Amino acid sequence: MKREAMEFDVVIVGAGPAGLSAAIRLMQQAQEKAQELMVCVVEKGSEVGAHTLSGAVLEPRALNELFPDWKDRGAPLHTPVSQDEIYLFTGPEDAKKIPNGLVPKTMHNDGNFVVSVGNLCRWLAEQAETLGVEIFPGFAAAEILFDADGAVKGIATGDMGVGEDGQHKDSYMPGMELHAKYTVFAEGCRGHLGKQLMERFELDKDADPQHYGIGIKELWDIDPAKHQPGLVIHGGGWPLDKETNGGSFLYHAENNQVVLGLIVDLSYSNPYVSPFEEMQRMKHHPVFKQYLEGGKRVSYGARAIAKGGFNALPKMHFPGGLLVGCDAGTLNFAKIKGTHTAMKSGIVSAETIFFAIDQGGLDLAAYAEAFEASWAYDELYRSRNFGPAMHKFGTLMGGAFNYVDQNWFKGKLPFTLRDRTSDYAQLKPAAESNKIDYPKPDGVISFDKLSSVFLSSTNHEEDQPCHLKLKNPSIPLERNLPLFDEPAQRYCPAGVYEVVDEESGGKRFQINAQNCLHCKTCDIKDPSQNITWVAPEGAGGPNYPNM
Amino acid sequence: MKILVSVKRVVDFNVKVRVKPDGTGVDLGNVKMAMNPFCEIAVEEGVRLKEQGIADEVVVVSIGPKACQEQIRTAMALGADRGIQIETDQELDSLAVAKLLAKVVEEEQPGLVILGKQSIDSDNNQTGQMLGALTGMPQGTFASEVNLVEGKVEVTREVDGGLQTLSLNLPAIVTTDLRLNEPRYASLPNFMKAKRKPLDTKSPADFGVDISPRLKTLKVEPPAERQAGIIVGSVDELVEKLKNEAKVI
Repeated sequence: MKREAMEFDVVIVGAGPAGLSAAIRLMQQAQEKAQELMVCVVEKGSEVGAHTLSGAVLEPRALNELFPDWKDRGAPLHTPVSQDEIYLFTGPEDAKKIPNGLVPKTMHNDGNFVVSVGNLCRWLAEQAETLGVEIFPGFAAAEILFDADGAVKGIATGDMGVGEDGQHKDSYMPGMELHAKYTVFAEGCRGHLGKQLMERFELDKDADPQHYGIGIKELWDIDPAKHQPGLVIHGGGWPLDKETNGGSFLYHAENNQVVLGLIVDLSYSNPYVSPFEEMQRMKHHPVFKQYLEGGKRVSYGARAIAKGGFNALPKMHFPGGLLVGCDAGTLNFAKIKGTHTAMKSGIVSAETIFFAIDQGGLDLAAYAEAFEASWAYDELYRSRNFGPAMHKFGTLMGGAFNYVDQNWFKGKLPFTLRDRTSDYAQLKPAAESNKIDYPKPDGVISFDKLSSVFLSSTNHEEDQPCHLKLKNPSIPLERNLPLFDEPAQRYCPAGVYEVVDEESGGKRFQINAQNCLHCKTCDIKDPSQNITWVAPEGAGGPNYPNM
Repeated sequence: MKILVSVKRVVDFNVKVRVKPDGTGVDLGNVKMAMNPFCEIAVEEGVRLKEQGIADEVVVVSIGPKACQEQIRTAMALGADRGIQIETDQELDSLAVAKLLAKVVEEEQPGLVILGKQSIDSDNNQTGQMLGALTGMPQGTFASEVNLVEGKVEVTREVDGGLQTLSLNLPAIVTTDLRLNEPRYASLPNFMKAKRKPLDTKSPADFGVDISPRLKTLKVEPPAERQAGIIVGSVDELVEKLKNEAKVI
């Protein structure tokens, strides 16, 4: 069966904050000028929001620009931040509360909201559809299409109904080609098409390597007596050791719920680190446990974060399209926020593209200038030293540097700290590393991986090709296992990778792809860069509510 | 022949449902919803009968809040020709649904009505049978095979003892079991086409049907959590524990 093709003005890959903001802004401009515009958004999740996972404290700046009347339109921003608390955890029972005056300004949250970005996306999608955007959840963009000159001319959705052996099943349906004048890639951190674009067009040639973290998050119903809507808690230090950067959070959201989680920088060097188990033991700290006791865990999920910021920002335009949001890496790590900058990059992309279409098909080089002129870029510039300082000086001294940099110099110190080692290259051999003895979960506050994945409502059609591709299938057992004790067993927050003892006495590397949360950590952290994440059959993956 | 298919909007089968902390029901806030899988099989069967030239129109009906238009559109993307939505925000008993469907049957005069055998949210397994009683139409429930031959429909039913094949006069009611067919994927262009297919919105009052509930939900509770098991070292230990601790032998 040959693939059918459909023509649009703009095709957007990914219905997250960046992609939906781009779609909305495109249609708003088309309406202002009474022009017809065909905009289509494809989304691999079973519905908009199903794969969206974020903290999140939202700075509403970009939303204000997109919909100044968002309140009247019923945007799901119900919980203004009422109080900020920051802790330095010095041990499993100990914490120092950092006085407000010593906190880097970027970490203050006055005027921000505790939200579910998944629900924000659900709402943005409604607004976009009302404006005439065609949104197709359950269709994963699987392939980039190029024209004869090598410019991007659209994407193809994945084939459906292909068996594990690659044979077509009775339900086989070939993918669709979606052609567009311009294609916007907004897949989020480490998008699998974005990664191909970076390589093909050498977009990251002049940038530092991207740096990542893995964020693991849970949603809890808590005792209403302990609930303080808008209370925002951040922490650094324990349970992570000095060689491992990261930070914890707990936000009081609406409906007697709290969200909490841990971000572990993927630049960690000890292959025995298990971000999942760090997060589980973190919850036993009194600062967290006081709220969780008597509560019930509702949901669980994980997602990688592109946190390299300004220094790692690639070129975002290429012939035929743009890379926006976390697919490029617009997150501001000094604020630990990316939604507002992702939305802004989407808005600017829509303005560049609308002008280009209006002028009869310009190239998109103007995007660089337009984005550089935006407040999002200014923000990223000012916080460019934040991440490298933490990597170089550790949480405490790095934090002190950031206090001085952000509060005294407003991020305008006349030098730039850099961090030029890729995260995957940071691992030390297991032989030189200390094993970490994680406590057993108690089943009340802390849990094991499988009961956690269960709460993410993750499902993949079982009979389909494995979407986690090994370039060389012998590397996990022949290189990664002896050298690093195959860290995939620990960094994967869903138990996808296992080294299984065979009855014959040998070992086997097993990939439980149906558990995959689409966090992309394996694609990033595998020390041999041997794992490639590709999109599974559309609608597969987690089904997050309120995440 | 016209085929009428009913579809229900339910919590997606992948979602782990959760009881609201106050025990008033299942939490549906921002939970992924989808077409009841048995209804999807019903739509597929209707569309296949149309593709075989046996039916000339497939009409899909859903009863529920405005959002259930999504499921009607999905059914139309799968191949149904037009949709009817009976809009109400009230939670309906099976009887109220059957009464409304009976009115739609009266209006549309289909040759065959196909329903899912039950919905995966309430698992009642009642609506098809009640519709049979209300309309006086013959019914073939739990169908695993449907053949239309010479003005009759042969329905192979999955019954406790095996398979039973019935021959029913038309118009008839069929409710679908899991093995009847494997629904297709709706394609992207068909989703776009479905947006332009006709969809009528009506209200229960338009049909003069009393939908006030006959049942009252007092409390919803999750099942008791199972205690963790232990691994015993030997058969002797197992026997000892069964005898002295569990006292079952």
